[in-house]
Amino acid sequence: MNRSLVIGAALSAVFVVAALVSFVWVPYDVTALDIPNKLQKPGFQHLFGTDHFGRDIFSMIMVGARTSIAVAVVAVGIGMLIGVPLGLAAAARKGSLMDEFIMRGNDLVFAFPSLLIAIMITAVFGASAVNAIIAIGVFNIPVFARLVRGAALSLWTRDYVLAARVSGKGAARISFEHILPNVTNLLIVQGTIQFSLGILAEAGLSYVGLGAQPPTPSWGRMLAESQTMFSFAPHLAIFPGLAILFTVLGLNLMGDGLRDVLDPRLRRAQR
Amino acid sequence: MKRAKFLGAGALVMMMAGGAYAKTDIKVGMQLEPPHLDPTSAAAGAIDSVLYSNVFEGLTRFGADGSINPGLAQSWEISEDGLTYRFKLAEGVTFHDGTTMDAEDVKFSLDRARAEDSANAQKALYAGITAVDVVDPMTVQLTLAEPNGSMLFNLAWGDAVIVAPESIENIKQAPVGTGAFKFTNWVQGDSIMLEKNAAYWGTPAALDKVTFKFISDPTAAFAAVMAEDVDVFTGYPAPENIPQFEADARFQVIVGNTEGETILSTNNKMPPFDNVKVREALAHAIDRQAIIDGAMFGLGTPIGTHFAPHNPDYVDLTANSAYDPELAKKLLAEAGFADGFKTTLKLPPPSYARRGGEIIAAQLRAVGIETEISNLEWAQWLEQVFKGKDFGLTIVSHTEPMDIGIYARPDYYFQYDDAAFQDMNTMLEGEADPAKRSELLGKMQRKISEDFVNGYLFQLTVPTIAKAGVVGLWENAPTQATDLTAVHWK
Repeated sequence: MNRSLVIGAALSAVFVVAALVSFVWVPYDVTALDIPNKLQKPGFQHLFGTDHFGRDIFSMIMVGARTSIAVAVVAVGIGMLIGVPLGLAAAARKGSLMDEFIMRGNDLVFAFPSLLIAIMITAVFGASAVNAIIAIGVFNIPVFARLVRGAALSLWTRDYVLAARVSGKGAARISFEHILPNVTNLLIVQGTIQFSLGILAEAGLSYVGLGAQPPTPSWGRMLAESQTMFSFAPHLAIFPGLAILFTVLGLNLMGDGLRDVLDPRLRRAQR
Repeated sequence: MKRAKFLGAGALVMMMAGGAYAKTDIKVGMQLEPPHLDPTSAAAGAIDSVLYSNVFEGLTRFGADGSINPGLAQSWEISEDGLTYRFKLAEGVTFHDGTTMDAEDVKFSLDRARAEDSANAQKALYAGITAVDVVDPMTVQLTLAEPNGSMLFNLAWGDAVIVAPESIENIKQAPVGTGAFKFTNWVQGDSIMLEKNAAYWGTPAALDKVTFKFISDPTAAFAAVMAEDVDVFTGYPAPENIPQFEADARFQVIVGNTEGETILSTNNKMPPFDNVKVREALAHAIDRQAIIDGAMFGLGTPIGTHFAPHNPDYVDLTANSAYDPELAKKLLAEAGFADGFKTTLKLPPPSYARRGGEIIAAQLRAVGIETEISNLEWAQWLEQVFKGKDFGLTIVSHTEPMDIGIYARPDYYFQYDDAAFQDMNTMLEGEADPAKRSELLGKMQRKISEDFVNGYLFQLTVPTIAKAGVVGLWENAPTQATDLTAVHWK
């Protein structure tokens, strides 16, 4: 049993469960303001206290988990759906003009500071969760494209690929039937890491006001709003901060653990 | 031996205190940086906040209590019919570049401000002036088309300050005025420096050097005040920190009135807000006290019309739009919106707007009105909302003094177009009798309140945080200004 995988999966599961439960039940409505009860300290009534509008912070963390996870899942999905085929195609036609074109395009996206592009996208199309997803998703494309191309290149020299070619299969069929299944492990590991980076990116964009817009709760915005009140109501910052910390920590531990379990080379070394 | 040491330390403290006494420079923090430095060609209040009374002066000037005092005009005579104003200018006034200030400069300034192609943001101030004549170098005569009871008040505005033809070309970068301070340097994005004008014609300033520092982020503002990087912070942006400053002996908190009517501006030409029933529903859906408590941490006086509560002519009309969500729902149903509707809520950066916006969105949601919130920077807000009129609702504080006249301008961004109100405003402008003016102002306040033109929220309170030793700051803000001419260290 891999310890970091277990701890990481448990931490991540807590937030996934919180997000799922928030669809059917939260202790308090997060869109209803209760101003007379603002800035309550954590206690029995409100487990994590209330914010400057009297909203229950525990409920906001739950619904905020939903926002974070949704943004990260879709962003990583975009990265995989576009990045993986690009990487496969580049590997299949190694050294061709298309390969050059795809990989230099990736370099171009990589070279841009992601936050800058995110700000550009939101400046042109307006700040919203959807635009945050697009901005984060775009930066996941080259990550997956590079990963897949690198792994696929070594797979193309394998005997079973040669056999498939001899039997008359085209490059596209080989890529999807023989290459893709063999890079899935890598994708799962990288996907987990990207997922945690996606959550961080969403929090960062929300923090500067470019992510999910009010009244949708978001951990990053909760942190931003708590700033001026930190000296007398620190619980406003501590709980969303811890939520981000533990989610990202959990996902990273899980990614590490998955790598240990799934990577064939490491498995052999352990034996 | 011990006692000697103690005495020595005591003497040292005394000396240090003595040193503080001699302090003659001040650092003033504020949130917004001026776009340029010509108060006569832009609406941006930040320009006046830095320059009004410090660098530029008008014929008349605002006192700390809102009274109108002599400025560059030492005295004036108003003719029997109220149509000619004869101003006697102060002797020995020179601009900071050494040129003398005389009647020609006054004529130049006022003619420039009221010209057809002028960029002045408050042209209505001079609308009644038909001629500005130089009688002799020290005397100027204004001729009006009709009597105007607020002419002296109008001339005190930052938009009506006296500038010189010799220095007008570079005024936006290097302002040259007649005030007790002269402009020395502007580090864009950071600070503006002023220094004492040794050749000032009036009572000289007590301070030698003034630095205005621009800190837009509320958290950074808090840190700057706490670390004593600034001596004064005017318009402190985070009301939630006030109790901390009040509890700290190093600081004094000055909470004064402003002329800022904070309103939920409503696009009166955009359906469904062109329907008065919908606007009435809006007014009853809003819980002012919740907004004051939630967005301003209790700072602010509820208002029911577009008028400052500390003004003697103010009428309390908050009852017209009392919080009553059930009535709001009923009114919406009568207007044909039983299922509510969707609109936009565009919010500029100040916390009263951003936080107030979230609260109002929640209150409107409760009666079925869905709002799509978008947070805008000031430049975007001016472009989209103020100029483009592309908005359903917005929240903004109107900080100009006595600005109920904006409701008589159908092309003003909230687009209220009512002939009866416009007539009242014309009558007011021609009325000099205080009792009749007061009555008219009351009628005007009632009219816009009963037409539910905008959602009237509260009178803005902008706290000033200052070090304990700073004396002479304005308590209230009758106009946008940081008048430092009388400020000194205790």
